[in-house]
Amino acid sequence: MSISGVIKMGSQVDAIRLRITIFAALFKHDLNKFIMDENTNNNILEEVTKGEYKFGFFSDIETDYAPKGLTEDTIRFISAKKEEPEWMLEFRLKAFRHWLTLEEPEWAHLHHPPIDFQEIIYYASPRKKPQLESLDEVDPELLETFEKLGISLDEQKRLSGVAVDAVIDSVSVKTTFQDTLSKHGIIFCSFSEAVKNHPDLVKKYMGTVVPYTDNYYAALNSAVFSDGSFCFIPKGVRSPLELSTYFRINAANTGQFERTLIVAEEGGYVSYMEGCTAPMRDENQLHAAIVEIIAMDDAEVKYSTVQNWYPGNKEGKGGVYNFVTKRGLCKGNRSKISWTQVETGSSITWKYPSCVLLGDHSIGEFYSVAVTNNFQQADTGSKMIHLGKNTRSTIISKGISAGKSNNSYRGLVKIMPGALNARNFSQCDSLLLGDKCGAHTFPYIDTRNQSSIVEHEATTSKISEDQLFYCNQRGIDTEKAIGLIVNGYAKEVLNKLPMEFAVEAQKLLSITLEGSVG
Amino acid sequence: MLLNIKNLTVAIEGKEIIKNLNFQVNKGEVHAIMGPNGTGKSTLAAAITGREGYEITGGEIWFKDKNIVDMDADERANLGIFLSFQYPVEIPGVSMTNFMRTAINAQREYRNLPPMSAAEFLKQMEEKKKLVDIHSKLTNRSVNEGFSGGEKKKNEIFQMALLDPTLAILDETDSGLDIDALRTVANGVNALRSDENAFVIITHYQRLLEYIVPDFVHVMYDGKIVKSGNKNLALELEEKGYEWLKEHTLA
Ligand SMILES: Nc1ncnc2c1ncn2[C@@H]1O[C@H](COP(=O)(O)OP(=O)(O)OP(=O)(O)O)[C@@H](O)[C@H]1O
Ligand SMILES: [Mg+2]
Repeated sequence: MSISGVIKMGSQVDAIRLRITIFAALFKHDLNKFIMDENTNNNILEEVTKGEYKFGFFSDIETDYAPKGLTEDTIRFISAKKEEPEWMLEFRLKAFRHWLTLEEPEWAHLHHPPIDFQEIIYYASPRKKPQLESLDEVDPELLETFEKLGISLDEQKRLSGVAVDAVIDSVSVKTTFQDTLSKHGIIFCSFSEAVKNHPDLVKKYMGTVVPYTDNYYAALNSAVFSDGSFCFIPKGVRSPLELSTYFRINAANTGQFERTLIVAEEGGYVSYMEGCTAPMRDENQLHAAIVEIIAMDDAEVKYSTVQNWYPGNKEGKGGVYNFVTKRGLCKGNRSKISWTQVETGSSITWKYPSCVLLGDHSIGEFYSVAVTNNFQQADTGSKMIHLGKNTRSTIISKGISAGKSNNSYRGLVKIMPGALNARNFSQCDSLLLGDKCGAHTFPYIDTRNQSSIVEHEATTSKISEDQLFYCNQRGIDTEKAIGLIVNGYAKEVLNKLPMEFAVEAQKLLSITLEGSVG
Repeated sequence: MLLNIKNLTVAIEGKEIIKNLNFQVNKGEVHAIMGPNGTGKSTLAAAITGREGYEITGGEIWFKDKNIVDMDADERANLGIFLSFQYPVEIPGVSMTNFMRTAINAQREYRNLPPMSAAEFLKQMEEKKKLVDIHSKLTNRSVNEGFSGGEKKKNEIFQMALLDPTLAILDETDSGLDIDALRTVANGVNALRSDENAFVIITHYQRLLEYIVPDFVHVMYDGKIVKSGNKNLALELEEKGYEWLKEHTLA
């Protein structure tokens, strides 16, 4: 026991080192070698020895707050703060007026105290210092936060493997590697910058996949969104870099409302990663993001995310409410959008990354691992809407529940009359740890033509006592054994993640399930 | 003495299965345990290795001069006790490589050794694969997943070879093995035999003992060791069956 104590102390440092190794490996495009790197597996396992939420530190960066509450004035304040053009303000106000007419949705399998939308601060940005020329001028507290997250901008600059648009408290602070990207004509910037510098593109695509009328939280986001990322891949360009955004909620009582828009023109390709960690907090935080993806003819967008927001403590207190609308539009023929997600955090997750398969021969994919422990609730799944001919979709969902948590898969496969020869394959597996947790599957299938085939498979399993003893008998303790088995169970999905995320995700799975047995 | 079991009583769900059993093993020895179905051989192995649900209601188990009765299963394994399972379990998605690497490094950590380097690990894998003639096709798969009965047994011995335990308990490793595999496995065990370790071989058949020659043969009946002898006892049992023994011991 004392030995593992020492390892715990150093694990934060290891995390940073590990990530640096990974960036380096990605940079060299030498993934096979990296897989064989002797440190990989060990570090993953060593890092799971710590029980409490690891990134639960709170950094004290000076913040500009919007006044508490939500009125038209709040929205004008946000828009003014961000020096937005008139059309943007109009968009927000329209969304807000629509939101006022809506009722907060109630969900059968989610329970939470009512959210007081007037108690939320809708805007907070790290105080702007005029014109940051170099990293030296960045708030040292902020740099330290990055450091703790293991993504120091210094390292990113040096290793230059992954372009990172880091978002802290709703405002993009630093965007790196624009040069490489702009050489290829790729635009990767904060949403605010896009509004300023590429208004035509934003106007053309924003709200076309997720209109503000879509749902309660989409309307709210459209009214108050703070910032997010914008990504544009021009015709025929394959992005040479994996684009990565780290989000972080970082000020008390700040609802976080990001908005992301990704557009790939004809033949474009991009792999986009979003990851998040949040500091430990006592009060519930609301998070309602919108992600829109558009893929034109022969374009492909891979969107991967590891979500690790504060899930609340062991008694179920605190934690992030995560109500997200993510949708991709396969607009062009032979276009492809795939969502891969690993959900370990948040006290409540409500999330259904979806694909609208409009173009003929277009492909939608959804790979998900959702873990819930203690009192966490997750209601997640996917919607595949087939409109075009010969469209194909795949849904692989792996739910893992432990403690007193509840994990629901909710999926919709809709095949419209014109979607001749459409195909869907869905597989929903649930793994239970213990007998106080729940797993629920709600597949909705709606097929409106005769030529299409929809397949749905579902399994529920438990980690058996036999498997744990087998591991124990080889010298592997129970916690490590669970990590091993769970990662094995989720492998099919983890394999879809970019290498960097795969390693991170493995750690998260194990950390999330610590203390869930015994 | 490596293993010293004194007056051991083991109950499952309140039912006594092992009754006041005594059993000693010294380093360098090979013991065979035989006996009819359901007499408690596997239960004894479970009690020694610390499986949950096997309640030790009396007696002591000493291993390397420690009473291990209250020790967790993983710690007992780390102390050097290995069990080749009668029914090895499948662990889907967990590669043999990752599994063995995790196990070896857990054991090394327990012994205050640094993790084994990737190169050394791969070298060890290759060596031991040869020893039990196990195909890479198998070691590249998930733990036991889709292995045939015999392949699972071979895989147990492969793991044993990699972990190099001080005390190895082989629970019916021979059942399910074809004639060639039986010989290979036996040769593997013989190659690993040394003055520093010991084997307890649970079997129903004399054949395995032709290849792995035991120093002692014990017969278990109704939760107790009712007869011990040398390798000739196994021959005698094969010839006369357990009925002979029942009459003999009850008389
Ligand atoms: N989990 C359990 N619950 C209830 N009874 C059990 C359990 N495990 C074993 N037993 C009983 O304990 C007795 C001894 O079983 P054990 O598996 O040890 O026998 P064995 O000598 O290994 O037999 P075999 O030669 O068939 O492998 C049997 O009567 C068996 O039914
Ligand atoms: Mg048995």
